[in-house]
Amino acid sequence: MAYDYEKSIRPGKLPHIWCPGCGHGIIMKGLIRAMDSCELDLKNTAVVSGIGCASRLPGYLDACTLHTAHGRAAAFATGVKMAKPEMTVLVVGGDGDGTAIGGNHFIHACRRNIDITYIVMNNNIYGMTGGQFSPCTPTGAMASTTPYGNPDPTFDISKLAIGAGATFVARGTAFHATQIDKLIAEGIRHKGTAVIEILDDCPTTYGRRNKFRSVVDMMKRLKDIAVPVAAAAKMTPEQLEGKVLTGVLYKEERPEYTEQYAQVIAKAQGA
Amino acid sequence: MSKAKGKLEVIEKYCKGCSICVEFCPTKVLAMDAFTVKVANPDACIACMQCELRCPDFAIKVEKIA
Amino acid sequence: MAKKVALMQGNEACAHGALYAGCNFFAGYPITPSTEVAEVLSNELPKVGGKFIQMEDEIGATAALIGAALTGAKALDATSGPGMSLKQELIGYACIAEVPCVIVNVQRGGPSTGMPTGPGQSDMQQAMWGTHGDHAAIAISPASCQEIYEETVRAFNLAEKYRMPVQLQLDEICAHMREPVTFPEPGELEVIDREAPTVSPEDYKPYDDSQGQIPPLASFGSGYRYHVTGLNKAADGFPTTKAELVDAEERRQIAKVMDNLDDILKNEEYQLEDAEVVLFAYGSTSRSARYAVNELRKEGIKAGLFRPITVWPFPDERVAELAEQAKAIVCPEMNLGQMVREVERVAKGACLVSHIGRVDGEPINPGQIIDRVKEVL
Repeated sequence: MAYDYEKSIRPGKLPHIWCPGCGHGIIMKGLIRAMDSCELDLKNTAVVSGIGCASRLPGYLDACTLHTAHGRAAAFATGVKMAKPEMTVLVVGGDGDGTAIGGNHFIHACRRNIDITYIVMNNNIYGMTGGQFSPCTPTGAMASTTPYGNPDPTFDISKLAIGAGATFVARGTAFHATQIDKLIAEGIRHKGTAVIEILDDCPTTYGRRNKFRSVVDMMKRLKDIAVPVAAAAKMTPEQLEGKVLTGVLYKEERPEYTEQYAQVIAKAQGA
Repeated sequence: MSKAKGKLEVIEKYCKGCSICVEFCPTKVLAMDAFTVKVANPDACIACMQCELRCPDFAIKVEKIA
Repeated sequence: MAKKVALMQGNEACAHGALYAGCNFFAGYPITPSTEVAEVLSNELPKVGGKFIQMEDEIGATAALIGAALTGAKALDATSGPGMSLKQELIGYACIAEVPCVIVNVQRGGPSTGMPTGPGQSDMQQAMWGTHGDHAAIAISPASCQEIYEETVRAFNLAEKYRMPVQLQLDEICAHMREPVTFPEPGELEVIDREAPTVSPEDYKPYDDSQGQIPPLASFGSGYRYHVTGLNKAADGFPTTKAELVDAEERRQIAKVMDNLDDILKNEEYQLEDAEVVLFAYGSTSRSARYAVNELRKEGIKAGLFRPITVWPFPDERVAELAEQAKAIVCPEMNLGQMVREVERVAKGACLVSHIGRVDGEPINPGQIIDRVKEVL
């Protein structure tokens, strides 16, 4: 059976706005499959985003969708979850939105361990504004604002999330499509802040400036650099040079924020 | 194990012609036709679902027919 | 039964007024001289099952505020000077997305870090024009602790009724002075909750104005699924660039305020019937102005006080009438000329308009006002 994605998509909203070959659509399909496998009730599911290409995703989903301001998705989502903990709260967004302008909200959502699932679609660039470098653009890469090559070091988003206190952190790629839904679903089921970083491609504003001849080249790169965590354990540092670990990178159980606050309420009420 | 067969549907108004499906189809069912994809070799489809899974544009549906 | 009376700061009165209005969510970030609002609510909200969250910065606080408000919460945020500057983008978001919420700005000296413990009234134009883009604003400047309590309730009512952010423009003097506050009984003050949609979830459009200027707002998680965005949007909530739809939406969002001035405007008039000189003053400065009126009257000078409590939208019509009646309007403000611009705009030269500005961290005293009145007459 063909997968029925359209039951979760608002009627008349396809085709989406993303460019030919952009991996965002592949990730959106993974997200829909994950939402299905978790049997989410879309009436009680908020999907929150900031600004950028990836942040247009919520508009397609037939849920309670909140397209906010640049970088602020995690903070809006925190307000939704705090006020109505019974809702499932998902955040989607890009690398620039989440870790540059939204970096502060991102790390503090991780620190609080509030039960939101944050999907970062990391395509290493600001796509919507035409290809300026982001905190995740590789050093030396070309972007519209790095005409001599990018002088900046990069963030490792997953490491950032682990360091900031997220209790579930996983990484996948837009190439490894069957893994995307499994990682997101595990993140949704996890009680606490879950960060799912999906390495993605932007053929329009990154690929063409950085010697990728086609969309397929970019997909093949994702295939080549990904090494599952288990396989990496058996590899030498030399073999791991230039590779990126994928799968569940970190998981711990720690009290979730809205549950902690429920205890504050109980104390205040003299329980 | 009997060989699976698939029937492919391309929703042309969604297809943006990225060619990901063409590249990753193991039996070369699909081919580019100017700016959209077409089913060039329907009998070769083994319903592996790779094209449906990877299409970023929700433009391919595969039904298993055997 | 005797009513509860308590001696408290303006900031505390604000927090208690919010609770009376049904506030059940606070998001904020500590900043002088507003912090007591957060401190009181961190203690009181959980007692009534409400939520308090201290966010990582003022932008995050307003983001959480709007997120909570969309789930149906009555949400409050309090800040001062630099924090208010940071919030401006999201105040615009609450305007265009039409999300009810209340933001308290306890004004201090500025610009920048300025004088954190000194009073100011220098964010008055910011309350109207701080966020980018055309929009309507409602801002309220109370002048006593009792009034702060009651106007906080009204701020929530206006936010809920008009589906928009409302700003409470306090100043450090009002916020930190202590006065007895009489707590109103439940039911004594009107408390308004936002209108819920009556249409089915399938037919709900969050910006459909076919039944009135202010479309009902469904809460997230109440069975209604819809889209909220900061982009210009059509009645169904989805982004549009269609000129006629964008134009109509922007105009409706301003008209919903400007067509309801009778309901939104509120002011106090003191000794204005025969006044030849009108003092235009709001917030703590109006207290010095009232004293000046009394002193001037003792000397036979016909002075009166016009005190806007709703400062935005501006009371154009009444101020224009007073400009026709009076020889002069004197505007004392703890800034270098902000609301006086509005007075001049509507007076259109009908009388002399004289500004008394002070930005040294000291209040404007009655003597200064009396001297100026004598000068201009």
